Amino acid sequence: MSSAPQQLSVASVTGIEVALPVAGPGARSLAFIIDWHIRLVLALAWYVVAQLVASGGRSLLAPAGYGQAWFGVVLPALAIYFLYHPIVEVALRGHTPGKRSAGIRVVTRSGAAPGAGPLLVRNVFRLIDCLPVAYGVGLTLMLLTRESLRCGDMAAGTLLVYQRGTDDAELLRNAAQRVGKLDTVGAEIAADLLQRWPALVPEARIRLARQLLQHYLGAEADISEGDELEWRSRVERLARPE
Amino acid sequence: MSVVQAARERALAAALLARADEWQAAERRARSFDHGRSDDAAEAARLADDYRLLAHDLARARVLMPASRTRVYLEHAYGHTHATLHHGAWHLGSTLQRLLGVELPAAVRWLAPYLAWTTLIFVLSAMAGYALVHRYPELIALFASPDTIASVERGELWTQGILNVVPSSILSVQLFTNNIVVSLSAYCLGFLFGLGTLYILGLNGLMLGAIFALVERHGLATALFRFIVAHGCVELSVLCLSGAAGAAIGEALIRPGAAGRLESFRAAALRTGPVLLACALLLVGSGLIEGFVSPDPRFPLTVRIVIGVGYWCLMVAFLSGRLWPAARRGA
Repeated sequence: MSSAPQQLSVASVTGIEVALPVAGPGARSLAFIIDWHIRLVLALAWYVVAQLVASGGRSLLAPAGYGQAWFGVVLPALAIYFLYHPIVEVALRGHTPGKRSAGIRVVTRSGAAPGAGPLLVRNVFRLIDCLPVAYGVGLTLMLLTRESLRCGDMAAGTLLVYQRGTDDAELLRNAAQRVGKLDTVGAEIAADLLQRWPALVPEARIRLARQLLQHYLGAEADISEGDELEWRSRVERLARPE
Repeated sequence: MSVVQAARERALAAALLARADEWQAAERRARSFDHGRSDDAAEAARLADDYRLLAHDLARARVLMPASRTRVYLEHAYGHTHATLHHGAWHLGSTLQRLLGVELPAAVRWLAPYLAWTTLIFVLSAMAGYALVHRYPELIALFASPDTIASVERGELWTQGILNVVPSSILSVQLFTNNIVVSLSAYCLGFLFGLGTLYILGLNGLMLGAIFALVERHGLATALFRFIVAHGCVELSVLCLSGAAGAAIGEALIRPGAAGRLESFRAAALRTGPVLLACALLLVGSGLIEGFVSPDPRFPLTVRIVIGVGYWCLMVAFLSGRLWPAARRGA
C-alpha cells in the first residue's frame, strides 16, 4: 500500500494539472477537536459572563425556569455551540480556526473555495454524520472512502485538502544561494537549519548539523567535537555557494 | 547521472529558486483578488501571467526537485492562482443574495413535482390519522401524550394558558428550533433512499389528523383551528417543502441515471441546498407567530386568518424570488 496522500487533480488550460493533497481522518479530526474546544470555550464564556451579570455576581447556576434571564444567558450559549460551524464556515469561506490550525481547508472538486450553498449543505448533513454518537457515521464513511469524505462532503461536493503555509519564500531565496554544492533538498534543509539556528536548543543544533554533514559528505564529514560556532561554520561551509 | 548533468540540474534548480520573489508576488496578487480587494484590469492581466509562470516553474520543479519544499510551495501557489482565476471573488452579501434570489426560486421550480407528491402524502396521512382515531378512538394513545389527551377530555386545549408557564419569547425559540430540526431531518433522512422523509411526513400527517379527530370528539376543533391557522399555513407548507427536497435526494439515490449514484446525490443535494436555508428562515417567522400570536386569546379569528394567509403569501413571494428584484435583474 502506498503511503503517499491521496490527491485531488484538477485539469488546467496550461496543461499542468493542479494537485491538492487530500486531508485524511487524522487532520480532519484534529481540526474538529480544536473547533470543538473553541466553541465550547466561547459558549461557556458567554454563559459565565451573562449569568454573572444577570444574577448580580451571586450565582453561576442556570436560571430556574424559563424567564428573560434564560433567554439572554442559556440561549446565546447554545446558539454559539450549535451554529458555530455553519456561520464561521460561510463567513470565512470554508475556513475555521481549527482547520487553519490543522493546516487544512474546504475546497470544491474544481479546487476552488466553496460558495454558501455547498457550505450550508455540508453542515446540514452533520445531522446524519453525527449519528449514532460521536460522529460515528461520519468517521466510518471517512475511513471507508478514498478521499476521506463524510456524508456532508458527498452531498456538497466538497473535500478537505492540506493548505501549505505561504511563508516559505524567504527560505527558498536562501536555498537558491546554496544549490551550488548540494542538491535542492539539501540546500533547503541547510537554509532551514541556518535560519532556525537561534531558535534551537544547543543539543538540537549540534545533532541536526551532524546529521546533515554525515548525510551529504559521508565518511569525509568532519564530525569531531566542537562548540556550536564550530558546527555552524561547518554547515555554512557545506552550504556555501560555489 | 553524470557530473555534468548533475551540475546542469543544480544550476537549473538554483535559477528556479531565484524566482521565489515572483512566486510570492503572484500569491499576494491572487489573495488580493480572492478577497475582492482588487478589481484592477492590469493587475488581473498580470495574474494571468503569474498563472503561466507558476505552471511553467511547477512543471520544472516536479521533474527537478520532486521531494522538495519548493515543489510543495509551488503546488500551493499554483492551486491558489488557478482557483482565483477560475472563480469569482467572494462577497458574502452578493453570495447570499444570489443564493436566495436566483438559486432558491430555481430550486423550488425544480422541486414542484416532488412538492405535489409530498403534499399529497401528507394530506393522505392526515386523513388516515383522522379516520383511524375517528373510528377507533383508543388509538389516539399512539399519537398524543397522556397529558394532552387528559387536557382535551377536560374540555381544554393543551395550549390554553401556556403563556402563564412559558413567556412568548422562550416559547417561540423552542418552537422554531424544534420545527427546524424536524424540517432538516425530513431533508437529511432522504439519504435513506427517501424512506426517512416518507416516515417523517407520514408520522406528522397522522399526528395532525389524529389530534383533529380527538379534539373534534370533544367539541374543540374550532379552538384548535384558531390556534393553528396563524402559524400553521407556513409551518405545514415548509414541512412539505423540506420533505420534497428530501424526496429529491431519495430519488437521486434510487434512480441515479447515467451520472452515477454519488454524483446524482451530490447534484440533488446542491440543487436543494438553498431551499433548506429558506425553510429555516421561514420557520423562525412561524415560530415567532406561534409563540406571540397563536396562544394569545386577545387575537380574534379574523386577525389570525389574515396573519396566516398574509405570511403564506409572503412565503410564496420569497420562494419564487419576487422579494429580490435586483437579483432577478442580475440573473
